[in-house]
Amino acid sequence: MFGWEFPPHILGGLGTASYGITKGLATQPDMEITLCLPKLHGDEDQSFLKIIPLNLVPIVWQNVDWNYVSGRLGNCMDTQLYYDLRNHIYADFRYRLTNDLGCIQFSGEYPDNLFEEINNYAIVVGVVARQQQFDIIHAHDWLTYPAGIYAKQLSGKPLVIHVHATDFDRSRGKVNPTVYGIEKDGMDHADCILCVSELTRQTVINHYYQDPQKCFAMHNAVYPLEEEKRKIVEMRKPFKDKKEKIVTFLGRITMQKGPEFFIEAAKMVIERTRNIRFCMAGNGDMMNSMIELAATKGISDRVHFPGFMKGNQVFEAYRDSDVYVMPSVSEPFGISPLEAMQSGVPSIISKQSGCGEILTNCIKTDYWDVNAMADAIYSLCTYEALHDYLQDEGKKEVNQITWEKVGKRIRKHYDRLIQNK
Amino acid sequence: MKTICLYFEIHQNIHLKRYRFFDIGTDHYYYDDYENERSINETAERSYIPALKTLIEMAQENKGFFKCAISISGCSIELLEIHAPQVLDLIQELNKTGCLEFLGETYSHGLSSLINESCFKDDVKHLCNKLKNIFGVSPSIFRNSCLIYSDKIGKMVSEMGFKGMLTEGAKHILGWKSPHFVYNSAETPRLKLLLRDNTLSEDIGFRFNDSSWSEYPLFADTYMDWIEKMPEEDQVINLFMELCALGIFQPLSSNILDFMKALPEQAKKRGITFSTPSEICGKIKSSGALSIPDPISWVDEERDISSWLGNVMQKEAFEKLYSVADRVKICNNHKIMQDWDYLQATNNFRFMNTKPSSIGAYRGIYDSPYDAFTNYMNIIGDFITRVNNLYPDMDNEELSPLMTTIKNQEEELARKDSEIEKLRKTLEHLSNKNINRKNRKSKPKT
Repeated sequence: MFGWEFPPHILGGLGTASYGITKGLATQPDMEITLCLPKLHGDEDQSFLKIIPLNLVPIVWQNVDWNYVSGRLGNCMDTQLYYDLRNHIYADFRYRLTNDLGCIQFSGEYPDNLFEEINNYAIVVGVVARQQQFDIIHAHDWLTYPAGIYAKQLSGKPLVIHVHATDFDRSRGKVNPTVYGIEKDGMDHADCILCVSELTRQTVINHYYQDPQKCFAMHNAVYPLEEEKRKIVEMRKPFKDKKEKIVTFLGRITMQKGPEFFIEAAKMVIERTRNIRFCMAGNGDMMNSMIELAATKGISDRVHFPGFMKGNQVFEAYRDSDVYVMPSVSEPFGISPLEAMQSGVPSIISKQSGCGEILTNCIKTDYWDVNAMADAIYSLCTYEALHDYLQDEGKKEVNQITWEKVGKRIRKHYDRLIQNK
Repeated sequence: MKTICLYFEIHQNIHLKRYRFFDIGTDHYYYDDYENERSINETAERSYIPALKTLIEMAQENKGFFKCAISISGCSIELLEIHAPQVLDLIQELNKTGCLEFLGETYSHGLSSLINESCFKDDVKHLCNKLKNIFGVSPSIFRNSCLIYSDKIGKMVSEMGFKGMLTEGAKHILGWKSPHFVYNSAETPRLKLLLRDNTLSEDIGFRFNDSSWSEYPLFADTYMDWIEKMPEEDQVINLFMELCALGIFQPLSSNILDFMKALPEQAKKRGITFSTPSEICGKIKSSGALSIPDPISWVDEERDISSWLGNVMQKEAFEKLYSVADRVKICNNHKIMQDWDYLQATNNFRFMNTKPSSIGAYRGIYDSPYDAFTNYMNIIGDFITRVNNLYPDMDNEELSPLMTTIKNQEEELARKDSEIEKLRKTLEHLSNKNINRKNRKSKPKT
């Protein structure tokens, strides 16, 4: 399996989803998972799978002794594995910049030279694919598609690609041709395309011209809240005791997420009410223009921008919120409303969000219909019955959506692919 | 001897328009005129007109033999008056054939029977007056909105002078008993109950055109055979349905009307008759009392009130609406009274239903139950403000003694009315006697 991010060091939804999928699959006793990541921090949970950090895989033969290697690897990789991998170096990469172990450095993030990093990822995977034994290749998101294709060509094993997002979602239709090229290439080579929603599946079919018969919707799920986080959200004040209600937007403040619609709706609500505040948490390229927009509309006193939140801060935000809004223009799936509902926050999501396909106990509006959004925000803050109903039923519903079930469905596709070979 | 009691409900609700919270306090008109016109015309053309024409034909061909009953809610009379008056003419025509009985109902087709007695009684009286004005009839049998019935409702209905009431033959109430008998209310034995045979009614109303149904296609002779083959003791077969079952639920292309037309002849052959509800209540004795503490209805598998009051949102909206019932009662603002009638309709609550159910998934203009709830709450938010503005400096505590006074006065007036009536009768009686005596006295003289 090829991934880019893995908890606890994550930047977006991809890491969470990769974790959930691997963990859901790992509950099956006859499943062995090897996950390739650009780099490891050492505190990742490796109890249920094996992780190979690609920044420790040699692509240039370096004559180093055992003690030195094991000292350098720390607890990130087995020392024997280093030597095994070294035996499978397949070309002369001395012209590349490598370190004392003959490895390429990865940032593991989304740097400016991302395309170079994607390329390096594929080069290193060449070594891993020659050394490891496997039956299925599963690549998450476009960053790892080239590596997936390469591994397929080397081994002849079926390639499954997992589409967490497409460039059409990220750019509101104005795609980057290079990214599109990589995505399309990956899809063309795949034996099976798993999309996180029917919405994404339709994009893959219509904009990437894929055979509908090899595209499947594979909705994400959520993990039950950890003890620590559960304690945080359990400290929520009862709705009726709260004089001021808080409406929260949480995510990257960028075009794809439709932040301006949130501000528009906020304006309409604030004009008519005195007890509702808005919180726009997150960071992004449109943050400054949103602050300006709120100021020009004269609602800056009631719209707050606390900035990027991580870890437990997110759940503290959920605890203090009464309504969660995700007005995304195009959201392949969107795990955050599920987390909000899990924490007992009724959610309003745009109809253009993939998670809406599997949720019934939330309010869905069109992202551009700010009237409807404002109305929904107002009623959730005003009518206790609606708030309580969606709070309770939403929590119940989300608890039924588990990664184990997703794992079982993915397994069915694996079995089918292996039989076809 | 078996008899069929055929009854049709005519009800179309007045659709509410999309009403945002920022309209509260600025816009007091809540209705979607376009949708109202479109839907009532569609229903009239596809269902009411052809169905009523068929019923008139059936009545003329089988003079004195074919009979049926209808109930029509006040809201739908208003809609028909404005958009499709020809339907009312047809009902009148059917009435003139003498085969038709009108049943009492609530004007609003609402749920007031479950919460507010005086509001319920007013609602019923309102419709009775309307029926008197338009068709010149006064009903003696009652059917509540969606056949909702409980012992408590039975008592109120009986107090208003109705002899009988229609309700659902719900399995969880009847148990081993059959709906093919006349029963009476446990609390007020005078009130007779006619119970709907839900299988036979829904064979026509829901399944007639369903090609996956084992009995498809259904013909009138088979249908009458089923009724004929029922045990000898079964006397009454109550077939209750909405009139739009003929034409909308079962499209005209399914030949549902030909099926209906063939029924009287097939019944005649087998010695089965048709009766109106009041004939049945008059002729047939009750075979026992039915105690129904929790309300039942003819909707969904549960046959209870969970379609309208099943979740917290519905209960909240319901309580909010009726929280101003007493204030509306004492106001005489025509516009408010009219909104009050329209807002009570059961349909508004049905749209907020969150039960997964096969029948009645129709949601009107709403995307989801939450959408329906939001819209309705915004509207009653505005409505309640308007009602409260009529009595700005009065809170509920002050209102309730006032209401008791009014109620006491009303009761006193009613008592006095009946006393006057009684005295007048005695007076007449006495004066008659006097005249007789005078006559007798004068006789010997001549």
